[in-house]
Amino acid sequence: MTKEKKTLNLNFGPQHPAAHGVLRLILELDGEVVEKADPHIGLLHRGTEKLIEHKTYSQAVPYFDRLDYVAPMNQEHAFALAVEKILNLEVPIRGQYIRVIFCEIGRILSHILNVTTQAMDVGALTPTLWGFEEREKLMGFYERVSGSRLHANYFRPGGVHQDLPRGLIEDIAKFCVDFPKIINDLETLLTDNRIFKQRNVDIGIVSKQDALDYSFSGVMLRGSGVAWDLRKSQPYDCYEQLEFKIPIGKNGDCYDRYLCRIEEMRESVNIINQCLAKLPKGPVKTQDAKVTPPPKKELKNSMEALIHHFKLFTEGYRVDKDEIYTSVEAPKGEFGVYLISDGSNKPYKCKIKAPGFSHLQAMDYLIKGHMLADVPAVLGSMDIVFGEVDR
Amino acid sequence: MNNLLDLEKKINSELATKIKSSQINHDQLYLNIESDSLIEVLVFLKNNSSTKFRQLVDITAVDYPELNQRFKLIYLLLSHDLNSRIILSYSINENEVIQSITGIFPSANWMEREVFDMYGIKFKDHPDLRRILTDYNFEGFPLRKDFPLTGHNEVRYNEDEKKVVYEPVKLEQNYRNFDYESPWEGTKYIKEIKKND
Repeated sequence: MTKEKKTLNLNFGPQHPAAHGVLRLILELDGEVVEKADPHIGLLHRGTEKLIEHKTYSQAVPYFDRLDYVAPMNQEHAFALAVEKILNLEVPIRGQYIRVIFCEIGRILSHILNVTTQAMDVGALTPTLWGFEEREKLMGFYERVSGSRLHANYFRPGGVHQDLPRGLIEDIAKFCVDFPKIINDLETLLTDNRIFKQRNVDIGIVSKQDALDYSFSGVMLRGSGVAWDLRKSQPYDCYEQLEFKIPIGKNGDCYDRYLCRIEEMRESVNIINQCLAKLPKGPVKTQDAKVTPPPKKELKNSMEALIHHFKLFTEGYRVDKDEIYTSVEAPKGEFGVYLISDGSNKPYKCKIKAPGFSHLQAMDYLIKGHMLADVPAVLGSMDIVFGEVDR
Repeated sequence: MNNLLDLEKKINSELATKIKSSQINHDQLYLNIESDSLIEVLVFLKNNSSTKFRQLVDITAVDYPELNQRFKLIYLLLSHDLNSRIILSYSINENEVIQSITGIFPSANWMEREVFDMYGIKFKDHPDLRRILTDYNFEGFPLRKDFPLTGHNEVRYNEDEKKVVYEPVKLEQNYRNFDYESPWEGTKYIKEIKKND
């Protein structure tokens, strides 16, 4: 008599706290061992790329906030850079520094969320509570500068919408003094924690070669020991003038990725400090009147300024026929925008390359042979946000 | 970028017959190739010691309904060693089936599924060509230019039937696409009148 092998199909999600959003994962289990994972994505698909084709360039910016909604400004940055490169716009140096400050704030926002929820997925609740207090402060900075805690719509092709409000620099500086202590506190909870290590060390190992083959980027790539960070290798804005280190993992497991993120938060604080110290005076957006609206003051006195303002916000500006791929180092990896312009006021095509898409794709490869309980751990360490995976 | 020029020369000399045109712009190398030489070009770019384009960043398509060859496929490649990017493209007809590259880059799997889902372009030898982002039983290809922005069906919970139902889209107000282009240069309808004259 032959023993028949029986596998169990398990439907994980789409509403599951450890699925980090709306992921439906069809798992094929042999006992408790996962044999196959088939992620069903698209439950948050909103057709961003199609919508952008029907909007002017300035109307397209807010859609980028809604992709990876835990680090909105990093996405706006990629789009702004693409349009700037096509239009040959020079961003004033103060604008560049402000953008970098807020990109790094976005990175901290995203990493806090990821590190602490990863801990929650494997059973630790306290880090989440501590971390979210800090996120609240950072979102406060977002609100003060853009009027909105999450969907900022603050970056513009050509700079940022407006200058920093009074007192914000001091408050960010104060945060940068306090926050490293919180990182230390988080580390005392997690880094040497026996349970946390048991759940993460040697789980979801990615080799260097596989990380390249599966189009990994960001921490997923660096955790496996590939020294690659777009801020260093293809610097944009003022990253060239800043000094920072790129933490790299050794084993490529969930634990190394956690360590990389912790270290990256420290580096981000370091970058913000440098930016605050160097922050020059001057305009925050390009003075090219073709893309930048006239100042509010002029609208009250000048008919031409009013017409100009009206035309810029209805017709928008035109972008020459061109095609370009620009990418930024978003917290989750390489976030890119492939933009085709046709000389009109709307993009002809705007393809968004989201890092999470290729990471989630490797789920089957990563989880094969692991236990069911490792699914949330691996998923957590991939840093998936469905806003950007589904677009 | 000097090494990009060298790279362009190198690729052009090695793959002379397969490259239709090449161009350097925005620090990126744009290559246009024939659709049937895709595999050879990619294998060369990935494995040759002087190119080393080990990573596929993304695959996408562009729809040009007015052209003879309707779709243009785009492959974005990255070389960590050379720190440079290549944008590879070729055009195909509407019903052409193209070769899947999952054998060369495993990550192409979902990217090709997305192109299939959004544009309806079919890939030969793909292990699992299903729709990926759209709903189960979705019809049509959303990113084609002739697909309406509002879509065809909408979903709502029906209280009487106690289940979710699909219905044709009904809008209180149609999507309004204003033509803001400067009337001095001619809005679309003026351009069309001129064309007909």
